Amino acid sequence: MTNEQMTSSETESTDEHEHGREQQTAPTPGSGLTDDADGGGTRSETERTVLEARNLDVFYGDEQALRDVDIDIPENRVTAVIGPSGCGKSTFLRSINRMNDLVDTCRVDGKLAFDGKNVYDEDVDPVALRRKIGMVFQSPNPFPKSIRDNVAYGLEVQGIDDNVDEAVEQALKRAALWDEVKDQLDESGLELSGGQQQRLCIARAIATDPEVILMDEPASALDPVATSKIEDLIEDLAEEYTVVIVTHNMQQAARISDKTAVFLTGGELVEFGETNQIFENPDHDRVEDYITGKFG
Amino acid sequence: MATETGGDTGFGQVSRAKDVAFRYVTLAATLVGIVSLAILLAYVTVDAVGWLDWQFLTSPPHPDPFEAGYYPALVGSIALMVLIALVTFPLGVGAAIYLEEYASDNLLTRFIQLNIANLAGVPSVVYGLLGLGLFVGLLNLGFGTLLVAGFTVSLLVLPIVIISAQEAIRAVPDSQRQASYGMGATKWQTIRNVVLPRAMPGIMTGTILALGRAIGETAPLIMIGAPTTVFGVPNSLFSKISAMPMQIYTWAQYPSTEFQYGVVAASAVTLLAVLLTINSIAILIRNKYQQQQS
Ligand SMILES: Nc1ncnc2c1ncn2[C@@H]1O[C@H](COP(=O)(O)OP(=O)(O)OP(=O)(O)O)[C@@H](O)[C@H]1O
Ligand SMILES: [Mg+2]
Repeated sequence: MTNEQMTSSETESTDEHEHGREQQTAPTPGSGLTDDADGGGTRSETERTVLEARNLDVFYGDEQALRDVDIDIPENRVTAVIGPSGCGKSTFLRSINRMNDLVDTCRVDGKLAFDGKNVYDEDVDPVALRRKIGMVFQSPNPFPKSIRDNVAYGLEVQGIDDNVDEAVEQALKRAALWDEVKDQLDESGLELSGGQQQRLCIARAIATDPEVILMDEPASALDPVATSKIEDLIEDLAEEYTVVIVTHNMQQAARISDKTAVFLTGGELVEFGETNQIFENPDHDRVEDYITGKFG
Repeated sequence: MATETGGDTGFGQVSRAKDVAFRYVTLAATLVGIVSLAILLAYVTVDAVGWLDWQFLTSPPHPDPFEAGYYPALVGSIALMVLIALVTFPLGVGAAIYLEEYASDNLLTRFIQLNIANLAGVPSVVYGLLGLGLFVGLLNLGFGTLLVAGFTVSLLVLPIVIISAQEAIRAVPDSQRQASYGMGATKWQTIRNVVLPRAMPGIMTGTILALGRAIGETAPLIMIGAPTTVFGVPNSLFSKISAMPMQIYTWAQYPSTEFQYGVVAASAVTLLAVLLTINSIAILIRNKYQQQQS
């Protein structure tokens, strides 16, 4: 663990100085394996770090939910966050777009940089930050408004009012929902099925064209058919967006993600690397035990 | 479990005696309330027959019971309700939004919260005293004027409006707020677009029920020096006003039995009718909003 942290801090200093797109990806910390261990084999090998955490601690009151997390989340990839219940996955996700600010007792230490800028710096407006980072929640939470108004919500709060219909159509198409709802845009979003509602929420999140999309177990309330639709969608989204997805479903993480972060009880990020490597040959026995279902 | 393999027929029997007894006890409790209300209504309505007519509703009070009318009190009460609604709705909703959405959960907030709950239980005569001291004495808005009466009764029902609005706001699922904040909405945008529309039916219902309480208040009006009898309808905020319960109280003290039974009963029925109308409007508004929501 100590060894890993040292390696990552070295990576950090390189990152900070040259944020160049051409920069060679750092070796997965501590893994000894490089990127070409076929993880994102189909994509370009050059990747830019979009989200970068260093020594990130999150507390709720006196209780520590995340412990010294270091991670580099690459651009236009799907990064899965897995781990047992209560290990801090949601907390991690919510610390990225500062949704934890809404919890009175929550306190954050350390650094979490988005495009190189620490989002916990005093001059960062969390509202502006959230406009660049979309979020999809565990259970679908459309507003009791029409489908159109749901998708247009982000545009409305950002004061964007030209080409709204076009943006709504685009977002619904990208969320693979357009064909199902194009004739009922004025009907309530609550009248859709659970799976459609979740895709509506995804459409709502991408309508404003954010850079990053955070998803907290987006398929946990859905049946297998709806789930596989969402999974296909996530893989498509990664062409344009950086996706960070929390999931309890190992197969899902293995199927859709390029990188996987494993948190274990106590809020530690135990291992982070290429998904294939994590699932086939993890460095830590605890991670292997968790993935193979021996504990969790 | 013990009877699983026991000698009883089938699965055995479980005694329902307490079930049945409890059912009748709760039924009796329900009936005591409903039946006594029905008897009361029947009595008043029977007494009001022959007295409650168009002439009664449109004439000013008169020493002769057959010519006495309720018009100034009726209009006075309605004007009072409108004023109270205008005052308590924004103040109550504002306070509720502050307490639920802005205030952090610290000692001061809890102290304020506790006191709002306490204020809701303060007897109305005490509010009358407050109104007398503050609005009549300090601010010099005049004895028994519409303005003073409206403000005083507003203070009285404000805690009820705040508490019911808070409950309505609290009932808005947090996932809705999260969705809004997650989209980069500011607090104000979230409150306006997501929280208030969803809480509005509850807020309306609470406010209108509070108005129902306000319409029956007499003690604070007596305290602020509202006249016992008024012959004209209010035409400004500074007109002296009477209100329906006040007029009932006055007439009930007249010696003649025509007043004590007929006129008072007619007034009471009118008061109840207005009250029921207000409550029905509350239900209509709530249902309409709820339909829009889903
Ligand atoms: N709002 C909160 N207030 C206090 N403690 C919290 C809060 N949210 C989370 N916690 C605590 O922080 C820890 C991590 O919670 P978190 O929700 O991040 O876990 P998780 O990994 O997402 O779990 P799950 O898989 O069950 O969703 C838990 O111990 C939890 O009790
Ligand atoms: Mg979670």
